[in-house]
Amino acid sequence: MTLPAFDYRRPATLSEALAILADDPQARAFAGGQTLLPTLKQRLARPSVLVDLQDIPDLRGVKVTDTTVEIGAMTRHFITETDPAIRAAIPALSHLASGIAHPQVRHLGTMGGSVANNDPAADYPAAILGLNATIRTTRREIAADDFFTGLFSTALEPGELIVSFRFPIPRRAGYHKFPNEASGHVTVGAFVVDTGAGVRVAVNGAGPCVFRQTDAEARLSAEFSHAALEGFTQDPKGLNNDLHATPAYRAQLVAVAIGRALDMALAAQPETTP
Amino acid sequence: MIQVSMTVNGIQESHAVSPRTLLVNYLRDHCGLTGSNIGCDTTQCGCCTIHMDGRAVKSCTMLAVQAEGADIITIEGLGRPGALHPLQAAFRKHHALQCGYCTSGMIMQGVDIIRRGRAGSEAQIRHELEGNICRCTGYQGIVDAISEVAQEAPESCAGPK
Repeated sequence: MTLPAFDYRRPATLSEALAILADDPQARAFAGGQTLLPTLKQRLARPSVLVDLQDIPDLRGVKVTDTTVEIGAMTRHFITETDPAIRAAIPALSHLASGIAHPQVRHLGTMGGSVANNDPAADYPAAILGLNATIRTTRREIAADDFFTGLFSTALEPGELIVSFRFPIPRRAGYHKFPNEASGHVTVGAFVVDTGAGVRVAVNGAGPCVFRQTDAEARLSAEFSHAALEGFTQDPKGLNNDLHATPAYRAQLVAVAIGRALDMALAAQPETTP
Repeated sequence: MIQVSMTVNGIQESHAVSPRTLLVNYLRDHCGLTGSNIGCDTTQCGCCTIHMDGRAVKSCTMLAVQAEGADIITIEGLGRPGALHPLQAAFRKHHALQCGYCTSGMIMQGVDIIRRGRAGSEAQIRHELEGNICRCTGYQGIVDAISEVAQEAPESCAGPK
């Protein structure tokens, strides 16, 4: 399929990329292209210039300390899936990455591209919000709770790029999704995190934007067990309605996904002092 | 137009193309390598799968300019008549193709699966083939062929280094 015409730039530095984006409001940052190219084929976007970020060293790299994992925005999904240090620190994050789309897409798609797009059917937003990551941009640091603002929208301003994500290493965590059988997109998913100082539960796919399930959080904070979830229900009001699932069905799946994510968190070896 | 250069099957290619040219069109129309097929053109079917710097990607969902300077391997670089790659031979032996349209992508993906050590079980192979669609064979022969090569000749799928 012929794409609409555009110019292409491949800056070597972050400042050069920012200058191109600042000069032209129709210019668009280009990460792995696994969402943007299909979007262009559908003529849903008409950028003047694609600014390919693949050569910029500041946007790459994985850094793991005792308490945090920092992942560069241009890190491809297969790195997050297979990097031994990430796997050891936050196995649920690697597990999530291993289930994004399929291998060929995981070889190109990036964490920054996925998160900046904030597709309700994407996987990463659940990890960012559940794990309470900090989004470091070219201008500031944004807390996960302030980042996702609605359907396909985020707190990012025009010309602002994500540089990296900093995840606090949780005590234990789990992720479970119900993908659409044909497309693989998330119908409903849940990321459950025992931070060591409380519990966070992020739900993706179900609503127009990833959200925290505060009732489930309160129950699991009191007791991190299936017994605590007994009688839990998700209000279907405001959930997505499409030909794949009604709001009522999605609400039911939210409860099941949280339970299965809890299974994974409980099965993971928790980081405890001996 | 932009001059886009890359190594394709060991040969240095350089062609002036528009920035919107997809990698699969660069390979088919400019390099004359028509083994990589365009099926769905929407990142679903996997018929256009090739290797870039040793990793399977979908060439219909990449710009040619993105691959500037890269090392590309297509099905034509894997084997040839009379000197088939072991996975090509295994596809023939196990009747892993019928119409053949998906086959080049299936084989490129199969090599990638074996290369990454992800052909340990039938279930794992099927999971790894999620991005490749075959409408003829029912997949069994494809899975058998990948499984056999993974066990008997995994070194034939080793990546560049």
